[in-house]
Amino acid sequence: MTDALTVKDLRVTYPVGDRLLHAVNGVSFSVAPGETLGLVGESGSGKSTTGLAILRLIPPASGSAKLGDLELTTAGNREIRTARRRMQMVFQDPYSSLNPSMTIGTLLDEPLLIHTKMSKVERQAEVAKVLASVGLNPAHAARYPHEFSGGQRQRIAIARAMMVRPDLVVLDEPVSALDVSTQSQILNLLRRIQTESKAAFLFIAHDLAVVRLMSQRVAVMYLGDIVEQGPSARVYDQPAHPYSAALISAVPIPDPDRAHVAGEIILRGDLPSPLNPPSGCRFRTRCPFAMDICAQEVPKPTAIEGGGVASCHLHTHGPKLAGKPLGDFLKKNLPAS
Amino acid sequence: MAAPLLEIRDLVVQFPSPHGWLTVVDHVSYTVERNDIVCVVGESGSGKSVTVQAAVGLSQAKGARVPHGSVKFDGQELVGMSTRQLNRIRGADIGFIFQEPMSSLNPAYTVGEQIAEVVRRHKGASRADAWKRAIQMIDRVGIASAATRVNDYPHQFSGGMRQRVMIAMALACDPKLLIADEPTTALDVTIQARMLELLMDLQRDMHMSVLFITHDLGVVAKIARSVVVMYGAQVVEQAPVSALFKAPRHPYTAGLMEAMPQVALERGHDPIAIPGTVAQAHAWPSGCRFNPRCSYRVDGPCTTQPLPLVTRGVDHVRCARADELEATLAAVMAPQGGANS
Repeated sequence: MTDALTVKDLRVTYPVGDRLLHAVNGVSFSVAPGETLGLVGESGSGKSTTGLAILRLIPPASGSAKLGDLELTTAGNREIRTARRRMQMVFQDPYSSLNPSMTIGTLLDEPLLIHTKMSKVERQAEVAKVLASVGLNPAHAARYPHEFSGGQRQRIAIARAMMVRPDLVVLDEPVSALDVSTQSQILNLLRRIQTESKAAFLFIAHDLAVVRLMSQRVAVMYLGDIVEQGPSARVYDQPAHPYSAALISAVPIPDPDRAHVAGEIILRGDLPSPLNPPSGCRFRTRCPFAMDICAQEVPKPTAIEGGGVASCHLHTHGPKLAGKPLGDFLKKNLPAS
Repeated sequence: MAAPLLEIRDLVVQFPSPHGWLTVVDHVSYTVERNDIVCVVGESGSGKSVTVQAAVGLSQAKGARVPHGSVKFDGQELVGMSTRQLNRIRGADIGFIFQEPMSSLNPAYTVGEQIAEVVRRHKGASRADAWKRAIQMIDRVGIASAATRVNDYPHQFSGGMRQRVMIAMALACDPKLLIADEPTTALDVTIQARMLELLMDLQRDMHMSVLFITHDLGVVAKIARSVVVMYGAQVVEQAPVSALFKAPRHPYTAGLMEAMPQVALERGHDPIAIPGTVAQAHAWPSGCRFNPRCSYRVDGPCTTQPLPLVTRGVDHVRCARADELEATLAAVMAPQGGANS
């Protein structure tokens, strides 16, 4: 089966003065139909830019992004416009992504009007059906966005994205703006919709627990690079890149008895400027295990036991972990706190 | 035992609205002991921030009124105190850090000037001493080359570093109480982890108390000694942190815990969502304010009378069925294998 989305060596640059900022520095991944790939990373990692570049909402500098067989990076405007039916997006802020002067019915009808040849009656029926499927009352189609709560608005945004039965949905922090109690409603809704629709989801978020819950596979980004990717369970339980391990260990555990257990990798320093990234491995300036080689050579991806790849010199130099997850190495080498 | 450092009693805060005066804080009481870390948890609209802001007289400047209640800080009554007197306490004995450091720092002054100004105003320090204190504080919050960084402007710091500058400013006058309103919410997890370490470290060193407002139960588990849970402008539960996490007594607290993605992951099931939406101040339901969303609701006890906050051992809980639900709710957070019904 062909993948719904195949990304190869995708790069995005922004001109800053007379220099080029490499926001996305050659990332490669694929998402199968019905699969969710989680894209995690901190602010400035390039995860949102990656999503926007795939959808051609910002122009990629080089590389390839294929929606099925269609090359998106070189497609003409007309082709892109037709392709938009097959690729949709859900944004973080449900308050700014819905036009406040349009009723919910009109908002949901618009994609059908643009992308399909349905009659008005058919469209109305479809709008009612989709509203019900996201847990909203179809009678509310006549209401305006301000009459809904944040969680309900995000349901509407999801309904609008799913309206045209896309092959790919890019979800950029879809639950970060929501309250804890409504967040899980939306997560459960997304899980159900995906099972039913067989669309491929690219799920971008900074919340690792949320990403793990939603994704079969996950890719970890740092300063424009994917440093590790693989099956979610393997990456979370047995990370093979020090940055993934640090990111996972920094999430506070909701249990006071375990919250103070040692093993947290505290990262020193700040994210370096992407205008002037470190040589070799971009993570080396904050890595507690950096070696000489890390400043000299860009690490190549190593296949990891249990699935996926990680780009880190620890696998080929120094302790030569050769694809073993970091677990035992961390136990031996982390300073006890 | 000494009197608590901060004692909020039956505080009521109202804001004007087209519907008349809206009660956004409804008879809220809690205390912060000396050397204590108290976390207040709640969702947007729960009144968690307004309670604290009104307690120190900040909401009143935004048009709110406090028709009832008392706030005792270090023996002094803050409700009804003049702005002049409050200004002497705020920034000196009570320090503040907020979510967005960029909006609390003046972009036109160097961070050193801003910290030194606070010290000069509150401590009457000389320019030279205030400057020394600024450098000392910048260094204390873990910013390298403090003596040169004090001359930098806020925009020259990263988000995490700016939040450290805020902490330096809040603590420059040795406050007895630090009020932190979602200070790590806008930060990345790795930065948040360092910030929480720093705050706990400073709390121990400076023997201050911290009142920490958050919606993140993971943060609560990491730093709190006691926890206040707010819903619909009221305190619904208050307990020591270990008791709260081991055996939540209010269905809302238990629901928040079950809704957490981490908890769902550990148990291998879907997150259990709390149905419905957060109650709004202009339309509080009658009886228990959580009742329309509560899976344990029974008509009558939960839906007719306003409920009091009742003491149950170390826990204070506002639930009509607290006693009969004790075992059921404790099972929610029991270790895996125990509650596979």
